[in-house]
Amino acid sequence: MAYSEKARAAYKELIDGIRNDGLFKEERYIHSEQGIEIKVEFPAGSEPREVLNFCANNYLGLSSHPEVVKAAHEGLDTRGYGMSSVRFICGTQDIHRELESKLTAFLETEDTILFSSCLDANAGLFEAVLNADDVMIADRLVHASVVDGMRLCPAKHDTYKHSNMEHLEKKLQEHQDARYRMIITDGVFSMDGDMAKLDVMCDLADKYDAMVVLDDSHATGFIGKRGKGTHEHCGVLGRIDAITTTLGKALGGASGGCVSGRAELVEMCRQRARPYLFSNTMAPVVVAAANKVLDIITVTTERRDKLEESTKYWREGLESVGFDLKAGDTPIVPVMLYNAKLAQDMSRDLFDEGIYVIGFFFPVVAKGQARIRTQISAAHEREHLDKALEAFTKIGAKYDILGKGKQEIIDTYGL
Amino acid sequence: MAMQDLIIEYIKDEYLEEDDEVGLDTSLITSGIVDSFSMVSLKTFIENKYDISIPDEKAAPEAFDTVRKIIDLVHEFNPDAT
Ligand SMILES: Cc1ncc(COP(=O)(O)O)c(C=O)c1O
Repeated sequence: MAYSEKARAAYKELIDGIRNDGLFKEERYIHSEQGIEIKVEFPAGSEPREVLNFCANNYLGLSSHPEVVKAAHEGLDTRGYGMSSVRFICGTQDIHRELESKLTAFLETEDTILFSSCLDANAGLFEAVLNADDVMIADRLVHASVVDGMRLCPAKHDTYKHSNMEHLEKKLQEHQDARYRMIITDGVFSMDGDMAKLDVMCDLADKYDAMVVLDDSHATGFIGKRGKGTHEHCGVLGRIDAITTTLGKALGGASGGCVSGRAELVEMCRQRARPYLFSNTMAPVVVAAANKVLDIITVTTERRDKLEESTKYWREGLESVGFDLKAGDTPIVPVMLYNAKLAQDMSRDLFDEGIYVIGFFFPVVAKGQARIRTQISAAHEREHLDKALEAFTKIGAKYDILGKGKQEIIDTYGL
Repeated sequence: MAMQDLIIEYIKDEYLEEDDEVGLDTSLITSGIVDSFSMVSLKTFIENKYDISIPDEKAAPEAFDTVRKIIDLVHEFNPDAT
């Protein structure tokens, strides 16, 4: 038998180890469409219960929007279910190219290529455009899929301290002998909700002759006055050389991703990016719905405006009852607890109160930085926010952390 | 500067914020101060400084976990380094 008892025992031991380290991930089954009021079965086997969702990346509330669902139905009716081919053989429909054009216009870039996910976009891009004479210089907190994409690329890689532009400048100076320098960052960092300093970064890129690549997965559709992303917010539209982003979060949330940027970089991806060449792209039904999403967010900023207001209301509400928040102004609002067990206990109690949030701790975030990450959506109504504030206040009081700062929480609960 | 001080200075500069301290036996990797993604610059620094080339199989994160281990690693490839 190829899968020996020895192998089985070894894997079991590994899995037990993950469990013992408190890192075991469990799925919670949702018995409804994605949204704010959802029905969740947790723990597995229990009766599903209604909770308010505060942990989805459904920033614009479009995941189950009737117009988007309708567009998906129409896509299914007119373009069928599957393509049974990669893009360059017979896997490209008119609606794929239409979506690429819409993304190009929305992001104000030169061209766009779709991938089946942003993870795939990140896996494909670097290897397609760089070689061993080049260097990639990334923020230390970039998303795991960016790290993996860099690992697939033969160019040298280096990192700079999170959002530390002096350190980045030093690294750019150190790597002046490379053929190309590429600065790589997330637009909005998913754990802290802070934004990259793209304005400074673009100036450094000009000064030291570097390209800038941005993963804007947690920003596309709602950051910036017209929701174009972090590059709009920072006033550097047209100065980012390649943006990777996802359709799996704000933009309908089904799946899909893209590289959008300089025409030649996008063309190199079409010729060389392995996830594009060797794997099917987004299914027609998803593309049709995504086209509708782009239409919606292009004609009105209503949803991102509401998201901005709700985020402000939520932050102010949590602050006024005395929670310690990570500063910022994105819809990712981390409630800092520092202690991993406290984050787990509080998120479980909040779930019992009907509020669905998740605690994050090492190794997902740095040691001693445990938190509950809350995420606001344009689909949250005031009553949802008020109900959640009430629950947070109750549970915060139970653990006696309201009005307490970092040191006081650590003094009580340890790190 | 002695190897130990030089390496500690580099680690402070490269990975830590101002008030953080690191000693000979502070664990760097398992404590999360340095992760495998950002470890590359440390490896490059040591290779350039002590004129050695550490092959991948010897450059596992564990080999870089403390300043003491890093010094041992340097000596393995360059016994005369100080
Ligand atoms: C910054 C960032 N990039 C990429 C991804 C991956 O996106 P996708 O789900 O489209 O693969 C994520 C999703 O978690 C992300 O947060």
